[in-house]
Amino acid sequence: MNSYALIPFLPLAAFVINILFGRKYLKENAHWVSILAVAGSWVLAVMALVDVLGGNTINFDLYTWMLSGGFKVSVGFLIDQLTVVMLIVVTTCSTLIHIYSVGYMHGDSGYYRFFAYLSLFTFSMLMLVMANNFLQLYFGWEGVGLCSYFLIGYYFNKKSASDAGKKAFIVNRFGDFGFGLGIFVVFLTFGTVYYEPVFSQAGGLAEATFNFLGYDVHLMTLIALLLFCGSVGKSAQIPLHVWLPDAMEGPTPVSALIHAATMVTAGVFLVARCSPIFSLSETALMVVALTGAITSLFAATIGLVQNDLKRIIAYSTVSQLGYMFLACGVGAYTAGIFHLYTHAFFKALLFLCAGSVMHAMGGELDIQKMGNLKKYMPVTYMTMLIASFSISGIPGLAGFFSKDEILWMAYAGESPVGKFVWAIGTLVAFLTAFYSFRLIFLTFHGKFRGTHDQEHHLHESPKSMTIPLMLLCVGAVAAGWVGIPALIGEKIGVHNYIAEFMKPVLGHPEGHGTHAEEMVVMLISIAVGLAGIGLAYFMYILRPELPARLAQQLSAVYRVLFNKYYVDELYSFIIVRPAIWIAKNVLIGITDARIIEAVVNGVPSAIAAFSSGLRKIQTGLMQHYATIMATGILIIVAIMLLR
Amino acid sequence: MPIAMPNLIPVMPELVMTGVAIILLMAELVIKRKETLGFLSLISVGLISYLLLGSAGTTFGGMFVSDGYSTFFKLIFMANLVLTVLISPKYLQTMRINFGEYYALTLFATLGMMLMASAADIIVLYLGLELMALSTYVLAGFIRYDMKSNEAAIKYLLLGAFASAILLYGTSLIYGLTGTTNLRDIAVYITHNGLAKNPLLMVSMIFFAVAFSFKIAAVPFHMWAPDAYEGAPTPITAFMSVGPKAAGFAVLGRVFLVAFGSVKTDWSVILIPIAVLTMAIGNILALSQTNIKRMLAYSSIAHAGYMLLGIIAGTPAGISSVLNYMFIYAFMNIGAFAIVIMLRTEGFAGEDISDYEGLGKTHPTAAALMLVFMFSLTGIPPMAGFMGKFYLFMSAINAGYTWIVIVAVLFSAISAYFYLRIVMLMYMKEPKEVIQLNTSPGIGLALAVTVSAVILIGILPAKVLALAQQAVTSF
Repeated sequence: MNSYALIPFLPLAAFVINILFGRKYLKENAHWVSILAVAGSWVLAVMALVDVLGGNTINFDLYTWMLSGGFKVSVGFLIDQLTVVMLIVVTTCSTLIHIYSVGYMHGDSGYYRFFAYLSLFTFSMLMLVMANNFLQLYFGWEGVGLCSYFLIGYYFNKKSASDAGKKAFIVNRFGDFGFGLGIFVVFLTFGTVYYEPVFSQAGGLAEATFNFLGYDVHLMTLIALLLFCGSVGKSAQIPLHVWLPDAMEGPTPVSALIHAATMVTAGVFLVARCSPIFSLSETALMVVALTGAITSLFAATIGLVQNDLKRIIAYSTVSQLGYMFLACGVGAYTAGIFHLYTHAFFKALLFLCAGSVMHAMGGELDIQKMGNLKKYMPVTYMTMLIASFSISGIPGLAGFFSKDEILWMAYAGESPVGKFVWAIGTLVAFLTAFYSFRLIFLTFHGKFRGTHDQEHHLHESPKSMTIPLMLLCVGAVAAGWVGIPALIGEKIGVHNYIAEFMKPVLGHPEGHGTHAEEMVVMLISIAVGLAGIGLAYFMYILRPELPARLAQQLSAVYRVLFNKYYVDELYSFIIVRPAIWIAKNVLIGITDARIIEAVVNGVPSAIAAFSSGLRKIQTGLMQHYATIMATGILIIVAIMLLR
Repeated sequence: MPIAMPNLIPVMPELVMTGVAIILLMAELVIKRKETLGFLSLISVGLISYLLLGSAGTTFGGMFVSDGYSTFFKLIFMANLVLTVLISPKYLQTMRINFGEYYALTLFATLGMMLMASAADIIVLYLGLELMALSTYVLAGFIRYDMKSNEAAIKYLLLGAFASAILLYGTSLIYGLTGTTNLRDIAVYITHNGLAKNPLLMVSMIFFAVAFSFKIAAVPFHMWAPDAYEGAPTPITAFMSVGPKAAGFAVLGRVFLVAFGSVKTDWSVILIPIAVLTMAIGNILALSQTNIKRMLAYSSIAHAGYMLLGIIAGTPAGISSVLNYMFIYAFMNIGAFAIVIMLRTEGFAGEDISDYEGLGKTHPTAAALMLVFMFSLTGIPPMAGFMGKFYLFMSAINAGYTWIVIVAVLFSAISAYFYLRIVMLMYMKEPKEVIQLNTSPGIGLALAVTVSAVILIGILPAKVLALAQQAVTSF
């Protein structure tokens, strides 16, 4: 057996141990099992990386669960360039966040349960990224969704938390329905659910159409869009973005791991993994690019005016995920995955810093009630500042390289909507810098605006929390150095390693612009980033009375943004309330009471009546039994001989 | 005429088992702690299993054959024996029936099953069947002071004698037709002499089908099963629900595929109504039971109906899926009975289905195990029962019996009601009274083995299935 198969199964073992023995025996030592397991996975992932760097890709079936004609259900792993990048992201973030959780969850009554779920999540996520077939991908996909549900609703005594868990689960049903259909269509078309034959045959079916109710549907567009439905749900893109901000009800390490660094990026991974299919459909790519661009703008504008520390970062996540889709949509899958990888570090860092702040503030989340925290929490401040620089695209930091790559590919690529999404992307870069530093300035600078009691308790977090912060900070700074664009790389003598590395799987479209154009695009993106920071500095440090006045003058806009474009209210009006009305009046009133109950109660009671009638044959009397046997024989003989 | 010494290698496991059984019967006189006898029989099973693996061959002039098929069934019998011995001692003590011949009788019954699995001649088959049956009659009536147990034994004995008579009638007809009792010779005679449309052959096949249907408890020859299962000591109920059924399927498969293989279309017509009726009656009557042992009796009738599908399919895939299912069924069914045994304490039968109310609160581990067995019996993935059913149904569909599979799936859906009702009672009702569990290391071990098998085979089904597929290549 290939030892890489252990990568997902170590966390699974940790889950089993913790869930079976955690409550009684492990108690506050539960974290050891989970941390050792995920660290083991990390070591193996690094070995896999070395292996793939050496030119090997690995594709093997661990075992077949079920075989029926051409339909094969197996646990199989594909370890190629795309997989190892995801493996490194998932295991690194997961390990650090496991360690951080030791401090953060200390003393919680469900300590073992938390680590058990975290391990189960890591297992599912690894199964997802390592799959070599769509079914296992789907298994992992639903597995992470389930863990997300468990962990959002971790404080299940709190109604808002259990509601948020349900919301995440239900909203994802919409996307996963499409995803499931997509897999069905893949199986119908190709007769297999394995990546390798599907992707190699896809090219031959580029022009195939599929007749649906008299319409000819372009087959590859259909498959790509159905699969993309899953991405939209999982990665919280418009119109299914509503669950992610609410998901912040979960413990902060969960927000960092699941709702920033790993699970929500699964949608981007799916698009990149299926790039051979998406690339065959211009329509699908355009939908992906526009969905990404619009979501990134939409979420960024909401982020401008929110006051909840974690929700701001959540909207930032939605916005950055949009960026990744934007990249994939213009055909620059590598740039999308590159941004996924750098984003994992700085976004996980931002969340963990937020957790550190909450820890100090006794659970307070309103940034209007904070201020001047840099005095009390120097490590948190420095690391969060660097993460914010990184997300704002300050040259040299991780976020700069990946964001620049996306913008340049959008500008110079072949996509018909390229220039348009580039313009939106640039605008979003400005907004991102602004809201990120609004958060920094309101939280760490100025005067402390909380209660006296809170101020008294302010303290830096324990080592188990600050060390992961510092380690992630290294990633937020340096993670981008593997993808330095040729424009700069040529001068300092390095390559765009990641683009070359990913080329065999994702291809690498060449931009059509000149060096001068590339330079201009880069300078614009730096300029808007700096402008965003500058504006934030102006509004929140130099003229702190300005924001309130602005909010008053532009109260209509402010209200719309503050209420997140009323999407939740809209859904409540057009989906939730009609659904509940139909459920109450039609389903419960008519279907349930009249039809289903009649069938559900009627059939069993008919069977039960029949059953008790039939039971009377079993009289207990020997002679009856023998008679029935003899009659049985006679009937069979009669039928057989007379037929 | 010089008599050559027959080759004893193929029959060595059976010889050892005979020896051990006789030794146990005599040792019973001197050994005070009866559990020691159980322990001895466990050791002998280890030895016999080892011998089994190297026993391939034919002996006694072609009357006895040890091949992959018989070995697979014998391994099921060994598992059945081991699990039964593990769950017995505590129950026997509780019921004050801790007599040593219990262990010797289970060994003799198993020996009979082994002979049946290896029988290449109807005479050997009959010898094995009677040895198994007589031992089981005694075991069913082992609670001598209990009227129900006596009733179980008497009913089983009388109806069993009836079935044996029919088997002998069938045998005499076939001997009259072909002049032989050897299965292969019968097959050769039928094809060479064009007996395919002979009505006497048909009657004889019907008699064989009826006799074997009795052993596997197929409708309408199942009448003994609910009464015998309810009255017998619970470990013996578990033993009977697996061993004789598996032996019945072993001979059913071998006789019909080897001797009557050339007239398959004729005998499958006999078995189809039996299979459909068995699934129907088993599942429907299980619904209205209030006693868990009776419910499991009807459930085991229904499972025989599912397994008949594989025989009807008659293909190598069909037979191997029967073997596969039988293997899985052994673990999930005995596992469920082990829980039933645990509920039995002195002065409390624990056999009412309502006794399971609130078990999830009072005994979470036992309830979780019962949940696994009930899910597996229903056929819910990832439990092994699902895989077993899947391959059975698949083989029947591939052999062209789609409509029977539809019927089977419908009845399988009905079965969810009575299996999941137990789960519902355990988890969604409040406990009525505090129930003590009668545990012992033996039961604990048996449960660990069965639950691991049910889950592991569910997740990793390929190994057992490959063994089953290999086993059927031998004929």
